[in-house]
Amino acid sequence: MAERQYDWKAIAKNPKFIELHHKKAVFLFGWWIFSSVYYFLLPLGAAYAPGLFKIKVIGAINFGYLFALSQFFVSWALALYYAHVANKDFDRLTRELVEELHL
Amino acid sequence: MTFKKIIIAATLTLSVAAAAFAEEPNKAPSASAAVTATAAGAPAVAAPGMTTPAPATAPATATPVKKKELKANKVITLSMFAVIIGITLCVVIWAAKQTKTASDFYAAGGGITGTQNGWAIAGDYMSAASFLGISGLISLYGYDGFMYSVGWLVAYITVLLIVAEPCRNAGKYTLGDILSFRTNPKPVRAVAAISTVAVSTFYLTAQMVGAGKLMALLVGVPYRTAIIGVGILMVGYVVFGGMTATTWVQIIKAGLLMSGAFLLSFLVMMKSGFSPFGFFNDIVNSPAIQDHVSKLVLKDGVTLSGIDAGQRFLEPGLFLKNPLDQISLGMALVLGTAGMPHILMRFFTVPTAQAARKSVIIAMFIIGGFYVLTTLLGFGAAINLTPQGIISVDKGGNMATLLLAQQLGADIAPVVGDLFLAFLCSVAFATILAVVSGLVLAASAAIAHDIYVNVIKDGHADQHEQVMAARVTSLVVGAIGIFIGLLAEKANVAHLVALAFAVAASGNLPVVVLSLFWRKFNTAGVISGLVVGTIASIGLVMVSPNMTYPKVVAAGAQKVIAAMEKKQAALPPGAQLEENDAKALVTAKADYEKNKDGTSMMGLEKPIMKLKNPGIFSIPLGFFAAILGTLLFPSRRSEEMFDELYVRQNTGLGMAKAVDH
Repeated sequence: MAERQYDWKAIAKNPKFIELHHKKAVFLFGWWIFSSVYYFLLPLGAAYAPGLFKIKVIGAINFGYLFALSQFFVSWALALYYAHVANKDFDRLTRELVEELHL
Repeated sequence: MTFKKIIIAATLTLSVAAAAFAEEPNKAPSASAAVTATAAGAPAVAAPGMTTPAPATAPATATPVKKKELKANKVITLSMFAVIIGITLCVVIWAAKQTKTASDFYAAGGGITGTQNGWAIAGDYMSAASFLGISGLISLYGYDGFMYSVGWLVAYITVLLIVAEPCRNAGKYTLGDILSFRTNPKPVRAVAAISTVAVSTFYLTAQMVGAGKLMALLVGVPYRTAIIGVGILMVGYVVFGGMTATTWVQIIKAGLLMSGAFLLSFLVMMKSGFSPFGFFNDIVNSPAIQDHVSKLVLKDGVTLSGIDAGQRFLEPGLFLKNPLDQISLGMALVLGTAGMPHILMRFFTVPTAQAARKSVIIAMFIIGGFYVLTTLLGFGAAINLTPQGIISVDKGGNMATLLLAQQLGADIAPVVGDLFLAFLCSVAFATILAVVSGLVLAASAAIAHDIYVNVIKDGHADQHEQVMAARVTSLVVGAIGIFIGLLAEKANVAHLVALAFAVAASGNLPVVVLSLFWRKFNTAGVISGLVVGTIASIGLVMVSPNMTYPKVVAAGAQKVIAAMEKKQAALPPGAQLEENDAKALVTAKADYEKNKDGTSMMGLEKPIMKLKNPGIFSIPLGFFAAILGTLLFPSRRSEEMFDELYVRQNTGLGMAKAVDH
């Protein structure tokens, strides 16, 4: 199978590609920073706001426990949200770009 | 083919021999498994005092604290091991027939689906430390154990958002493939291979030593036999079955692990009438937990009792006392997982970026679900077995899950207890096999593909030669792994997992991210980033509290001596110390004599760095070195080739086809 030759420089300047990588970069790094900040609030909060973590919310279950548990749900939600956006937007833009190049 | 058959036969013989060894009436050593990286546990002197029965004022519902015992039924356990070995060997024979090209060997021909890869990632990632260690931490220290587990899942956000898809699009088999794309390939591949081998070796050593100790504890196999048995199976899987066999071993293990965790959680919740509130009430109202916590906080000069002490179990600070260390570990996890060569390698096994994405998301649900269940297991163990009972078996709590299975099963019928314990022992066994195989494969790929094929042979090697090189390398890497495992029996390996993550986070991750996203990044940047990040993490760990400091050991021994002598003085004249105490005194005296004038491996009396986890210093250093190297030695070629890499990683155009149809 012969390797297809691409003009990478031209593709990199293609408006569709610029749109794709710009959208991706904003989404990926933005949400990555969000998730990191949210995660580091856990050890920081446990160390510097123990009073907050001790507040009982339902029965014996306290804020700290719910916050730690929420980390799992936030991570899962973010993963699903990313999959949704990527399947809908990023993959569509990529497909459109590839179709345009093959013309 | 005949060579293959001989090795398979040898593997089988050895497994049988290992089983025969196990039949010897060998007393399993108790309280010695160092499975978890954080198994700091309670000081030895505290353990006997904690097993005193709950005070008489405690409600009558209190379970009387008795010495627990972990007793695996050897016949059942070993038959289950045999079933696992049998199934996996069938997989290997099947996989061996399909492994003809280098792509088959390293990437299963790109023929793994997203779902399969998700299970395999989970199987590759969840080691015995997370399976046994984290539930143990929760059973002894409550909330802190749970908090510790969170980072292991959040780490996958970085994998998902930053590395998985670009690596699938831009890479082929190894870390070196990605890094050498627009750099001078030979030096970059060589350095990348060294870093991969370093990370894999640290991780592998920790896993091998944990495996040996765990098997010795569970089924009474001698440590050496366990290491050799596990080692031979691991080598067999990788050498013959390559990535296909490794993947399926990991999938089988993840399935077993999740079934075990679900079943056990179900039994735990049944005890609390399937009510989360009932469950938490059981925790705070358990007199044994209250007693355990009040003794824990007493060491910090806090007096707590009754329900307040029980509630304290659900609050932070019983185990993780240094927030900076927590943040440092968190950084190593969040960035290190995405730099782990054996995790990166899994993304080359799927055909497309979409499949890579799907596989991370599936892995996140499995891994996260597992850690949520782990909370139930850890707290369930604390309620049903009491922390004192768990400590009496293992100071670090590593046996909590297994004890819980034994007890909850036995509550149904004694034979169910045996079966359930045997099942979880086999899960632990499968876990070890799956994790070590992945590591051997990653290290071998770096040596065979990067160093042999691309550096020594300039990329001129036919498929047959490449596969042969990969097989021979796996054999050698596996043999070295076994050898290190045998040598390290008595070594302090607890810090090695954290070290592996630190190296991956400080060395590998910065250069992967910069090669994928920074136009100017070049050869000098890769090399300086990898070298500085790796050396900084190793160097910092060498001067950290993870190493053994003889003077500190001596001071600890001195305390034991003083305590025992005080006990002796309090006895009526002529009376002798109890056997255990007398033994402790003799050991402590010997420890003191041996260690009083010693220094650590680095010639230090006490650690220079206060943190156990170097990430907070070494990660920024790795990034800084990579950036500085790039700016000092700019390369036009690297900049010009960025467009190609950037388009490829974003779109998957021109992707290295794993299968050539």
